[in-house]
Amino acid sequence: MKRVVITGAGTVNPLGHSVAETCAAMRDGFCGIGPLEIRDVDRLQIRIGGQVKGFEAEGRFTRQQITLYDRFTQFTLVAAREAIAQSGLTFEGKLAARAGVVLGTAGGGVSTWDDNYRAVYAEGKNRVHPFVVPRLMNNAAAAHVSMEWNLKGPSYSVSSACASSNHAMAQAAMMIRSGMAPAMVTGGSESMLCFGGVKAWEGLRVMSRDACRPFSANRDGMVQGEGAGIFVFEEYEHARARGAEILCEVAGFAMSSDASDIVMPSREGAARAMAGALADARLDSADVGYINAHGTGTAANDKTECAAVADVFGAHAERLMISSTKSMHGHLIGGTGAVELLACIMALRDGVIAPTIGYEQPDPDCALDVVPNVARDANVTVALSNAFAFGGMNAVIALRKI
Amino acid sequence: MSVKDQVIAIIAEQALLDPQDVTLDSTLESLGIDSMGVVESIFAIEEAFDITVPFNANAPQESDFDITSVASIIDGIERLRVQQAPA
Repeated sequence: MKRVVITGAGTVNPLGHSVAETCAAMRDGFCGIGPLEIRDVDRLQIRIGGQVKGFEAEGRFTRQQITLYDRFTQFTLVAAREAIAQSGLTFEGKLAARAGVVLGTAGGGVSTWDDNYRAVYAEGKNRVHPFVVPRLMNNAAAAHVSMEWNLKGPSYSVSSACASSNHAMAQAAMMIRSGMAPAMVTGGSESMLCFGGVKAWEGLRVMSRDACRPFSANRDGMVQGEGAGIFVFEEYEHARARGAEILCEVAGFAMSSDASDIVMPSREGAARAMAGALADARLDSADVGYINAHGTGTAANDKTECAAVADVFGAHAERLMISSTKSMHGHLIGGTGAVELLACIMALRDGVIAPTIGYEQPDPDCALDVVPNVARDANVTVALSNAFAFGGMNAVIALRKI
Repeated sequence: MSVKDQVIAIIAEQALLDPQDVTLDSTLESLGIDSMGVVESIFAIEEAFDITVPFNANAPQESDFDITSVASIIDGIERLRVQQAPA
């Protein structure tokens, strides 16, 4: 079985338009959540979100590209450019033939659906732009990455709601482990901060009107964000042979299904995914120094997740650090695991643990070291990234310092 | 139909019960309505009475709308109808 390492990372999210900006913001405990600036916001009850600011398609892309790129694709392409540039890989010949791109997204081109439904239903138009379908399809972002970078191996999109990008990255890692591909571009993207997207979430009554406060006793729900996180996963010997800078190792991963409820989380399912990732990586639970929590800020998730951590880690649960960066960037849904993996990489490489901001009141049901409000310096050799989706679909990734 | 009868009809439908088996002091919990059933009931109430119910599933006790029993729901609706009546 081959080893998998990360040799490139890129992102666009509410905390920054690059990995460096994002990590600096996480270190500073910066909050990227604010008033939503979208059409018809006055008809929404939920009016905050983690929007990517200062990101205009005009100037970044040509007019022809803009007609084909939904916002989730735009984020993906900019993040992929950063990741692939950092990796130093050039995809040609045999490498290009075998390398592919597997990306997570829950909704794909939600704004494209929204805009065009508005046009035909609300505005009574009987004609839409010819590229609506190629723009909104879930695999559009993966497709454009493959085209821009000449990736001719296995490419597709994965959709498992809030665990989409962790499932995608697990898939990519499996392909490298098995020898199917020497390198894969992977991660995920989401952009559903439009009227219809927020309205749908609003209906579920789980959104906070003012802030995302994971693990805090006064938390009152999630806040939605948008953005992308993209990585280059590479076979270890392949990376070493070309002298690539290795950010960390993808030591293991596991996926589990609760098989119980469409929206309520399961302690047992979450615990099996974390324990599974450790077993897959052949790590002891005491090796884990940091967990990037799913930590949505809902009453149910945070308490269930903390109970699952206690089940898996026993006494060590009291010693490890667990934080939710969703407090800063919001819940990026299908892209969230990818952006949150950056916090794990920062912990391993820079020895900086991103905080859980907005933490105001201890909750006895979340009595772990949640790194409240202020980043911390710490030496960590193994980090876990949790994603527990609606549908009871869980995916956990274990990263190791190298 | 009175507010009471409408609320009972909505709750009974969620609980898969005959309206006769739902009384003013029935609690949603005693009727076996889970968290998703609560959210659906509130949606049905909003649609039936054309009101907006301030309810957050994360903090039901802090929402300004008591969903404990059929009677408390009716009280809440009456109050919201006054507050949200068109000027």
